[in-house]
Amino acid sequence: MPRESIAAGMVARIGAGTIAGVTGALASFGRFWLFSGYTASFIPLEMTSVRGWRRFLPQCFQIGTRSAPVIMLTGMFIGMVLIVQGWAQFDAANMADRLGSIVIISLCQELGPVLAGVMLAGRAGGALTAELGTMNVTEQLLALRSMGADPIRYLVTPRFVACVLLTPLLTIYANLMGTLGAWGVYVLVFQGQSEPFWYYAEQTVEMWDVGSGLFKSVFFGAAIGLVSCYNGFHCKPGAEGVGRACTQSFVTSFILILMLDLFLGFLLNGLYSAWFGFRPLV
Amino acid sequence: MEIDHPVVELRRVSKSFGRQRVLDDIDLRVERGKNTVIIGRSGTGKSVLLKHIVGLLRPDRGEVHFEGQRVDRLTERAWVPVRRQISFVFQLNALFDSMTVLENVAFPMTENRTGRIDHKQIRDLAARCLERVGLTGFEKKRPAELSGGERKRVALARAIAMDPPPKVILYDEPTAGLDPQRSNGINKLIRQMQRDFQVTGVVVTHDMRSAAEVGDRVLMLWGGHFVADGTPQEVMESEEPHVRRFVQGIGEPGDVVTFTR
Ligand SMILES: Nc1ncnc2c1ncn2[C@@H]1O[C@H](COP(=O)(O)OP(=O)(O)OP(=O)(O)O)[C@@H](O)[C@H]1O
Ligand SMILES: [Mg+2]
Repeated sequence: MPRESIAAGMVARIGAGTIAGVTGALASFGRFWLFSGYTASFIPLEMTSVRGWRRFLPQCFQIGTRSAPVIMLTGMFIGMVLIVQGWAQFDAANMADRLGSIVIISLCQELGPVLAGVMLAGRAGGALTAELGTMNVTEQLLALRSMGADPIRYLVTPRFVACVLLTPLLTIYANLMGTLGAWGVYVLVFQGQSEPFWYYAEQTVEMWDVGSGLFKSVFFGAAIGLVSCYNGFHCKPGAEGVGRACTQSFVTSFILILMLDLFLGFLLNGLYSAWFGFRPLV
Repeated sequence: MEIDHPVVELRRVSKSFGRQRVLDDIDLRVERGKNTVIIGRSGTGKSVLLKHIVGLLRPDRGEVHFEGQRVDRLTERAWVPVRRQISFVFQLNALFDSMTVLENVAFPMTENRTGRIDHKQIRDLAARCLERVGLTGFEKKRPAELSGGERKRVALARAIAMDPPPKVILYDEPTAGLDPQRSNGINKLIRQMQRDFQVTGVVVTHDMRSAAEVGDRVLMLWGGHFVADGTPQEVMESEEPHVRRFVQGIGEPGDVVTFTR
């Protein structure tokens, strides 16, 4: 075969591959949105029936209670390490008193929600995908459908609502534990003074800081719930398929959380400066 | 009232997965109150065929009818009333791991409660169905704690536990993995469902003995078509080469059966 035609063949194949890849990605993107809409459409029905709550509460336990310790621990360590990292600079500038408030703001706005989201994606998202994926490959989802029960309503909606409601709650835990950890290191390790720590915290930290973090965490929770359930429902057969779907869930949720964080960060900062103007922190 | 249409009817149904054509212009009329047995080698599309009857798979071409109504184009929601009249025993049982055995058996009734029976009656009926498959005392166990054959029997109990009883039960290999005595019991159960509740059965099996015992009519699926159709006796004695080899357990030409060093 002449060289040109080999090259042309390669180009054509790469082209075809790209087109197939792009259409495939678009198709699964579309499927994901349909899945999400369908999930949301069952919320009124599920949340107003006794049986719906019977499916919802165990999920809260699975997703929330079980993830709380690890998220609290993470939050605490982050609070501690932020003090360790910031101390030298703030102390040299004679502003050690204000370090605590800066740490608390970064916790509430960024680190608390993002870390809670990421830990939840790993801890609960993986378990969700594994559970639903196993149900998928063992035909339990088909069995539900064959009995006239909608698997999305029965399985996805309660898990989704639990994720959406519990991520902010867990974020609050992470924020509180982070603040405590920061205070502990500040007082015990660096012999900082407790009173100015709390004084400046009260002066500087606004409801907005806490609220905007919680607002973001709602979206993180929604992303985790939808991505994890979607991957479980669409996993390839076999143990390998389920395993891959779990990894896929975590990676996708993680990236989505970071992207949402950036996007919502822009939005919220814009809103803040439009409403309240510029706020100097130090 | 004279009902002359078949309970389930497939008209020229074709189904492919990628390049693999599994069903090729299949026609099937399932007669009311009779047990139709489908035999065929592994991988010929028997389970795929059953899934078309309850809409778990959609045909690429052709039509599926239930009680004279065309169902293959229905939306998921419109399928629900149709599916409530059909039970499916899955080949892999598909029991819900998160529920106990009793909850599994009661599930179709609690989900499709028509108001005719209350919770206590549902539990009683579920317990009675477990008794019929010889699993009294297993109510509290989880599917993961059962043996393969026990799981199969729970799946059977779940399929028969409906009130009113289902019009059609689809059994995908109901006796696979059971010892001869238990298989015999299951065959009897399938006959009882037919006799006592006028249930129409569609039974997929590999086992010629059980085909002969439960079947009023036997069809053999091969290469996307039915190559045999008749009473169990007729199929057993068929001269069609695929059928003869299947019944006698002789390999098809081209099967890899020996290793040479
Ligand atoms: N969802 C699916 N996606 C792709 N291929 C499938 C799917 N379901 C079935 N197949 C293919 O269709 C063919 C028939 O499958 P089916 O499960 O109906 O076989 P079977 O006759 O029930 O076999 P067995 O007796 O082993 O259960 C198989 O080759 C299988 O690979
Ligand atoms: Mg099969």
